[in-house]
Amino acid sequence: MLTIKILGSGCENCKRLAWLAERAVNHLGIEAQIIKVTEYPEIMKYNIMSTPGLVINEKLVSAGRIPSEAEITTFLTDALERA
Amino acid sequence: MTTLPQLSNKPTAHKTYWLVALGALAWIIAYQIYEPLAEWLVYGAFRLPEDSRLSESLAFFLADVPKILLLLSGMIFIISIIRTFFSPERTRALLGGKREGIGNVLAAALGIVTPFCSCSAVPLFIGFVEAGIPLGVTFSFLIAAPTINEVALVMLFGLFGWRIAALYIASGLTIAIIAGYIIGQFKLERFVEDFVWKIQSSADATIEKLTWENRIERAWGAVREIVSKVWIYIVVAIAIGAGIHGYVPQDALVGIMGKQAWWSVPVAVLIGIPLYSNAAGMIPIVSALIEKGASLGTALAFMMSVVALSLPEAIILRRVLKPQLLIVFFSVIGIAIILTGYLFNWIM
Repeated sequence: MLTIKILGSGCENCKRLAWLAERAVNHLGIEAQIIKVTEYPEIMKYNIMSTPGLVINEKLVSAGRIPSEAEITTFLTDALERA
Repeated sequence: MTTLPQLSNKPTAHKTYWLVALGALAWIIAYQIYEPLAEWLVYGAFRLPEDSRLSESLAFFLADVPKILLLLSGMIFIISIIRTFFSPERTRALLGGKREGIGNVLAAALGIVTPFCSCSAVPLFIGFVEAGIPLGVTFSFLIAAPTINEVALVMLFGLFGWRIAALYIASGLTIAIIAGYIIGQFKLERFVEDFVWKIQSSADATIEKLTWENRIERAWGAVREIVSKVWIYIVVAIAIGAGIHGYVPQDALVGIMGKQAWWSVPVAVLIGIPLYSNAAGMIPIVSALIEKGASLGTALAFMMSVVALSLPEAIILRRVLKPQLLIVFFSVIGIAIILTGYLFNWIM
């Protein structure tokens, strides 16, 4: 199972990223847990300077933008191969 | 230094370049025909009489809407391409080890080209402070980034010409440099929330490698996002502006918004505070007001206040700044904007 973290204080962009990640997970039909990380000390552990951030299995894959669903799907399948 | 996975350069790259070329061609054609088209619609298709107030307002509206939307999409695309070459991480690296003074100037300049959204103000602030960048330099960046707003810049260019657009950049930079420098001199580090100083993240930054195709895709994404968000405000505001253009008598506003009305600058700044994030909707109205006698300094102060003094941003920054510092931050920006307004009223 994959662990997906959405890093961000809960602004519009973070909500949209969470929504896209959920869609990508559903379309792939995989099991994943989506966690929203909203506290800054926790967010800063991933060493990002712009939100939203996307973390899959503790690996940061994007920061400061909303990747497309297709891109997120690629991130997810890459993570599955590595797992 | 860790790198994000390289995004693949798919065989669709050629298709992307063709689309850009086609888009550019369509843009150029549209830019050539919008004005004759608007004239033809008003006087040819609708057969409205020349020199009437209605036809003048309508012609103004039908020409300005496509003009601004075209300029907005074209210039946001170019600005967004430029911005893919600057990341907050790179900006932080450039600012590291710079003294105050030169650091403030550089931070303000980088504030224009670094992609920034106010929701990222906190991680950015923490990232800068943690890298040892002085507080005043960090503030110069945090003032310049939202104040020199790309949408406002494009609209000023479209409605007033390049001189006023350049003036807007110059005053935004000046405010950011001076306000940041002054805040730096106060030595207010103790008013930064304590948790900020305790955060320890690994020192290496994450830098992404991008292909040209990625840059184009992102710039196109930015155009779609911004235009879909602001077009309705622009259309409504241009309609109001067109109404003012046709129906308000010349020089009607000299008395209340002209140079002689000294109180108009601070009042304009106060009115601008609750209008945050709506620079797009304000500028066409401001443009019409200037035409009717409002002075330029007052109008510039108003626009600066709309973009720079925003309540949501204050709430976001409260997470890292204690109230005392937040008040100093916004007061210094407010005073700098008012002084800039007086300066332009005086020299223009």
